[in-house]
Amino acid sequence: MTVTAPPATRSAAGGPDLTRASLAGRRRFTNHLATAAIWGALLLAVIPLALVAYTVLSKGAGVMSLSFLTEDIPNSYRREGGGMAPAIVGTLVITGAAALMAIPLGVFGAVYLNEYGKQKPLARLIRLMADVMTGVPSIVMGLFVYISWVLLVGEQTGFAGALALACLMLPVVIRSSEEMLRLVPDELRQASMALGARKWKTTLTVVLPAAISGITSGSLLAVARAAGETAPIIIVTGIVFSPNWNLFEGSNTALPAQIFRNASTSFPAAQDRAWGAALTLIVIVLGFTVIARFISSRFAIKER
Amino acid sequence: MTVTNESPAARQALNRRGGNAVGDRLFSWWTLGTGLLVLAILGLILITTVREAWPAFDAMGLRFLTERIWDPNPAAGDAIFGALSFAYGTAISSLIALLFAVPVSVGIALFLTELAPRRLRGAAVTVIDLLAAVPSVVFGLWGILVVAPALVPVYQWMHDVLGGVPVLGRLFGPVGSGRNFMTAGLILAIMVTPIITSITREVFSTVPRADKDAALALGATRWEMIRGAVFPHSFGGVVGAVMLGLGRAMGETIAVALVIGGATNITANLFAPGNSMAAVIVQQFGESTGTFTAALIGLGVVLFAMTVLINVFAQMVVRRAEARMKGSVA
Repeated sequence: MTVTAPPATRSAAGGPDLTRASLAGRRRFTNHLATAAIWGALLLAVIPLALVAYTVLSKGAGVMSLSFLTEDIPNSYRREGGGMAPAIVGTLVITGAAALMAIPLGVFGAVYLNEYGKQKPLARLIRLMADVMTGVPSIVMGLFVYISWVLLVGEQTGFAGALALACLMLPVVIRSSEEMLRLVPDELRQASMALGARKWKTTLTVVLPAAISGITSGSLLAVARAAGETAPIIIVTGIVFSPNWNLFEGSNTALPAQIFRNASTSFPAAQDRAWGAALTLIVIVLGFTVIARFISSRFAIKER
Repeated sequence: MTVTNESPAARQALNRRGGNAVGDRLFSWWTLGTGLLVLAILGLILITTVREAWPAFDAMGLRFLTERIWDPNPAAGDAIFGALSFAYGTAISSLIALLFAVPVSVGIALFLTELAPRRLRGAAVTVIDLLAAVPSVVFGLWGILVVAPALVPVYQWMHDVLGGVPVLGRLFGPVGSGRNFMTAGLILAIMVTPIITSITREVFSTVPRADKDAALALGATRWEMIRGAVFPHSFGGVVGAVMLGLGRAMGETIAVALVIGGATNITANLFAPGNSMAAVIVQQFGESTGTFTAALIGLGVVLFAMTVLINVFAQMVVRRAEARMKGSVA
């Protein structure tokens, strides 16, 4: 939008001059200053992003190799070489299990909010609390799962990590899915009802399929965010140095936890592995994000 | 609808014809159950963490919050668990983060809603999305290995120039490793910018078109229009967005744990190392036992209570602001 005044045709005829040039210098100056500040703000956001991206790429690429992706983690920070295979396995298995738990539950929660609860007080409370739950620090979720699961089964496992990540994903999935369900036109529901379908059948066969692309992309974004969570993983999954595919037995590890552990040491070899792990993690997270964006832009329900 | 004179047989026939009414009810209960899961988890978090932290609360009483000494393994006597130093670290790093993040976020939101050419808007949104997508541990890694060492000369220069100023100089005391409150605040600022930006932007976009056009028609410059039409309309929503950012900054664990320095410390010097509540938990949980573990969980309880309160309040502020805006669009 532009603020340029319309061409001051009247000024030639002796009327008031309405062009920008007639503004008092001070007002013009303030306006320019504000515009510059706004552009500056954007620049301030771009700089750290560019710096992080550059550093991770340049330092991570130096470490990256096939053996980095397939070898075990050295059990001493000092030792050079080695890889991140156990952490990659852990990230995929733990995040996958978390997604399997959180996405179905979250979608049905969203169905309750949008199809049944609507503006009832209970639904409004759940909506508010889901928003609040997205703000619960991940470390608190880690402590919660530690107390209610790890202490119960007496062992740090990958599944405990998956539980914690699922708790973190749940509210995000609920709220994003609800937004998508809201975009489904009411006519679809009415048409299905008019054909004699029960509400559950309408919901499962008409409403959810209509919103599935949006739900998928929202869920993928939640998965991407969960894959980068560190604190709960450190608290509830323990650590391993060789890949552990079993979620329910034995400790596990994940890329974020490895980045954290290796970054806090002062050994160059460990720091190199941290950069490599960071690059791997970013590629995984960005992969999910890009797929999500693609699905949402390609198959989105058009807002009416 | 009356069901009093409906015979069981008729009802059965009705059920057969219309599909499965039992299925309908089961389905609605099932979805309700999944919705209630959110409330259940929040309730369970509160109950289980408080119960598990009780030994520490019991041993320390109110001193848990007012004591600045944190000594889990003293040479003699009982262990002392005081959260005050960490609460201070959490508060200071979050405040620094907001100090930097709020103007930038509001600026970006204004850029997106009022200033951006159509083509640049998409790019700017992508930048914010990417900033939000970078895992916090990567910011932490970058912070500890790149930013902290790079900022040491800058801090040193600020200390040399401003350190002598009375009162204000105390903020810019002697510089150590570069891992300190200031670095933690800066890294946090980068991490909360996306969330503040996205909510502020939503609030700005609810400002009625007519108000903005009216301001412009009266001869206001764009900045005067923003000050006169956009800001007054969206003040409440921006406050809510800032509080959400505060909640996020307080709960952030990993990046802070890496760059804040790890010292139990209350000092006005922004260039001194400290620690935050969330960071202490993740740093010390692995080596803790007994009351020590309980005390760390106690920190979690305090953190949980504070973030939930802030978030509830912020959400209500944002909702009220948005409802009012939507109501005012004629």
